[in-house]
Amino acid sequence: MPTTSSKLSAGRLAAHLVFILFSAFCVLPFLYVISISFSSERDVALEGFKLIPKNVTLFAYKYLFASPTSLLQAYGVTILVTVAGTALSLLLTAKLAYALSRKDFRFKNLFSFLVFFTLLFNGGLVPWYIMITKYLQLNDTLLALILPYVILPWHVLLMKGFLADIPPELIESAKIDGAGEWSAFYTIILPISKPALATVGLFIAFVYWNDWWLGMLFIDKGSLTPLQYLLYRIMNNITYLTSAVRAGNVSIDTSQFPNESARMAMAILACGPMLLAFPFFQKYFIKGLTVGAVKG
Amino acid sequence: METTYWQRLTKDINKHKGLMALAFPGLLFVLVFYYLPIFGLVLAFKNYNYSDGILGSPWSGFDNFKFFFTSDAAYQVTRNTILLNLCFIVLSTILSVVFAILMFELGRKSVKVYQTAMFFPYFLSWVVVSYVTYALLNPEMGVINMLLESFGMDEINFYFEPKYWPFILSFAYLWKSIGYALLIYYTGLMGIDRTYYEAAAIDGATRLQQVRKITLPLLTPLITLLTLLAIGKIFYSDFGLFYFIPANSGALYGTTEVIDTYVFRALRVSGDIGMASAVGLYQSLVGFVLVLTVNAIVRRINKDNAIF
Repeated sequence: MPTTSSKLSAGRLAAHLVFILFSAFCVLPFLYVISISFSSERDVALEGFKLIPKNVTLFAYKYLFASPTSLLQAYGVTILVTVAGTALSLLLTAKLAYALSRKDFRFKNLFSFLVFFTLLFNGGLVPWYIMITKYLQLNDTLLALILPYVILPWHVLLMKGFLADIPPELIESAKIDGAGEWSAFYTIILPISKPALATVGLFIAFVYWNDWWLGMLFIDKGSLTPLQYLLYRIMNNITYLTSAVRAGNVSIDTSQFPNESARMAMAILACGPMLLAFPFFQKYFIKGLTVGAVKG
Repeated sequence: METTYWQRLTKDINKHKGLMALAFPGLLFVLVFYYLPIFGLVLAFKNYNYSDGILGSPWSGFDNFKFFFTSDAAYQVTRNTILLNLCFIVLSTILSVVFAILMFELGRKSVKVYQTAMFFPYFLSWVVVSYVTYALLNPEMGVINMLLESFGMDEINFYFEPKYWPFILSFAYLWKSIGYALLIYYTGLMGIDRTYYEAAAIDGATRLQQVRKITLPLLTPLITLLTLLAIGKIFYSDFGLFYFIPANSGALYGTTEVIDTYVFRALRVSGDIGMASAVGLYQSLVGFVLVLTVNAIVRRINKDNAIF
């Protein structure tokens, strides 16, 4: 910080005003979504979307939970993919990044080039899509939602930035004790890298949780639809919900059908855990950013 | 000579086999998911059919490219991609640099709430953001149209009016990414040596002079680097923004269709795989040349800032 005079000058006041307005610009639109999800369909139809619901009702949420199969399935898929994907991705990213971070590794430059060249040039969507669907036959499997993101070059770069800080003497001392690279990695490197693993792990979990791309490309089967993709399909076609209700034999007066509010309630449910974890995430993101910005 | 080279290599492999084994699983994923598809680029010169696969399908020369480049789509998607991305780069850079400097001036503690508020949209997926924009833009009930109505103005059916979309997309882009972009600059500012400011204050420099003579010059390398990097990626766009926010409305393609969404639709909707890969190759090659050019420029300005 520059020499701080904390007295309130006109300039500081103006800056605060700018930030208050811009913060409102960032938060308000989402507050509308929350408000609509708690509004009754009649109020919405008569008065449009309001920042504060005229009558607060849980109807849209009750409606969604009246036949929760597709929603719960989507939650299950997303949680499973996020947990399994993050575990696998974190382990392989850490191993690869560790090898690349070792200055005495003979193939460090070659391997680094192989990983980071992909950031500059790639085959594009179509060959990648055909390889996964035709040659690996992954479409309509959970693996299609996990494997393509296991190694993302940016995560390797980030992890490498963290692991490069490990003092070489520590690795040397492990070697004197007769430990091979493999056991040194598991018994020494992993335990002392917990903060790095937590940060990169959150980045990875964030990618898996928020992903709709793989679902959109590779999943047709309803039972394997991840949350974000389900959300997209609902946006695209509200009748998807109607058919789910009919299949569940839930009798609901269709004139009361909570069209807009149910959509918004669905959006809130889809980002729910992310909203709760957000303050926690933010801290780690900033930390990761610092490492990435300094070393990247 | 050659034998000794191979002997040395074998010896090195033996000596480093532990580290190679650690790197191997990750590297395997890189080879399968990033390098194998590169060979698939031959598809751009083929008339692909599913049963013959990539290798068996008949060659078609440059037909796929001809088809794309003689259509109106080629100009339209290239123009949209470049102009919209340029717009994003300019707006985002100016806004995030100004905000970062203002935050830096105000001090770390008092801006924490603002940072959280501005960073929040970054954590939403584009699908969720499309619900937010829907709440704002809906023709009958949307927030913006309610506002217009209360001023006695006519409603706008945004999802059928292409002319508004460059602005809407820019707003959506800034809304989601500004918190992240400004954090990068803010982090850069935190690294500035504080004694510069102390010295300047002793010499009687005003705050504005300090910003102009110290903060901005020290931030310039980072601004240059990030801008050039963004220009290097100008041929690629954030798919979710261009696909979900316009809600797939065909009436809007004129101003919202970019190379990435065009390739996706050619692949998944019209199923024209040969043409989709031709456009993909066009994107990859131009993108690659751009990155190399940009890197060469960065290198000339300041060697330390070059990416490679």
